[in-house]
Amino acid sequence: MLEVQVRRKQGNFTMDAAFSAEESGITALFGPSGAGKTSIVNMVAGLTRPDEGRIVMNGRCLFDSARGINEPPEKRRVGYIFQDARLFPHLSVRANLTYGMRLLPESERYVDFEPVVQLLGIEQLLDRRPARLSGGEKQRVAIGRALLCSPSLLLMDEPLASLDDSRKSEILPFIRRLCVEFSTPIMYVSHIMEEIERLAHHLVFLENGRVVASGRFDELKTMLRGMP
Amino acid sequence: MGFFRLTPLEWEAFKLSLWVAFWAVSASLPIGIFTAWVLSRCRFPGKGVLDGLIHLPLVLPPVVTGYLLLILFGRKGIVGKFLYDTLGITIAFTWKGAALASAVMAFPLLVRAVRLSVDAVDQGLEDAARTLGAGRPRVFFTINLPLMVPGIITGIILAFARSLGEFGATITFVSNIQGETQTLPLALYSLTQVPNGEGGALRLCAIAVILAMAALLISEWMSRRFAAYMKG
Repeated sequence: MLEVQVRRKQGNFTMDAAFSAEESGITALFGPSGAGKTSIVNMVAGLTRPDEGRIVMNGRCLFDSARGINEPPEKRRVGYIFQDARLFPHLSVRANLTYGMRLLPESERYVDFEPVVQLLGIEQLLDRRPARLSGGEKQRVAIGRALLCSPSLLLMDEPLASLDDSRKSEILPFIRRLCVEFSTPIMYVSHIMEEIERLAHHLVFLENGRVVASGRFDELKTMLRGMP
Repeated sequence: MGFFRLTPLEWEAFKLSLWVAFWAVSASLPIGIFTAWVLSRCRFPGKGVLDGLIHLPLVLPPVVTGYLLLILFGRKGIVGKFLYDTLGITIAFTWKGAALASAVMAFPLLVRAVRLSVDAVDQGLEDAARTLGAGRPRVFFTINLPLMVPGIITGIILAFARSLGEFGATITFVSNIQGETQTLPLALYSLTQVPNGEGGALRLCAIAVILAMAALLISEWMSRRFAAYMKG
């Protein structure tokens, strides 16, 4: 369960958003480019600081401007899959995958190496360097890397944006299975309706820094159909 | 074959040059990395002044830099007096002074090369590492530093070569004392000033060229190794 209330001013753009995301399933953060979706995700991850507000995840307060709480990203247990994968170029795929996992005590891990590698189909790639991977392979490794940190929430910021159509259809099913097999809640950012339709259980619709609608996807679908 | 045998004076100059350059680079490396990091990543009032000060040895006449070192670190200088009175350390007219002169002259080259490599590391990778659970120090040692290695190596080689070639600041600050501060360039210069010094000068000249070539080749080789390593 994620509760977000944030306000942030950057130049001419003011973000003032509030929503809550369910405990399970995929919550899509949808909206046109420039709506502020990536900003929200960066604030949930702790990479950007809101001017004011509160972010609470599973009862744990990650940010509260009134009480002066601001947990650094490394303490938040929020996994983040970036649009551009961001694999560490000097490490092998295996070392990338285990980068975060190695920092966790065994008692806190609920995701194991073998099942993730199998699910994502990356066994053949383990000893390669990121420079030798295709775009789709990089994203799969990025997903595995974030998942292996046993996060309480997975953030995905337009993970399919830099991929061509065949790669996209390669990865979409993985994302759906992630949710099911590891029961990790996912917050998925996109401005592409087709992706949202195939993945989302819940939806938060963002426009110009404000939440225009939020709720269960099937309920909002008809409303969205009517949008340009 | 007798021509190729180094005289004791030449041999001393060669060994001293290597020793002085080694210490000059080793001592300035941690400070150089730290300075490059600060200049690249931090914003603070007076940053431009700091940047200017660091680059001063690049643009000042070396003799001027040497004289400034003498004013500061000579026995009666501001810092030199303190070092002598409280710690019993003398720097002027010793190999340590030669190392300091080389370090100061080479420092801007070191900082420039390392700073380029700091700038080249994508900060997005640091963000990714933090979301994976790594705190700032761990991110620096596991992500930034390994990716900065090529720049650091370039800086080391540039600084080493510059230290080997240091003349003006060295001769002004620590003078030309055989066995103590007479590095290769100073010895070569001295040999050109005396009759029958040509043989020795030529030998030292050859050594200097070989050292410079070796530095360039090693730098090239390491760059290629690193590129191959990244390709896996």
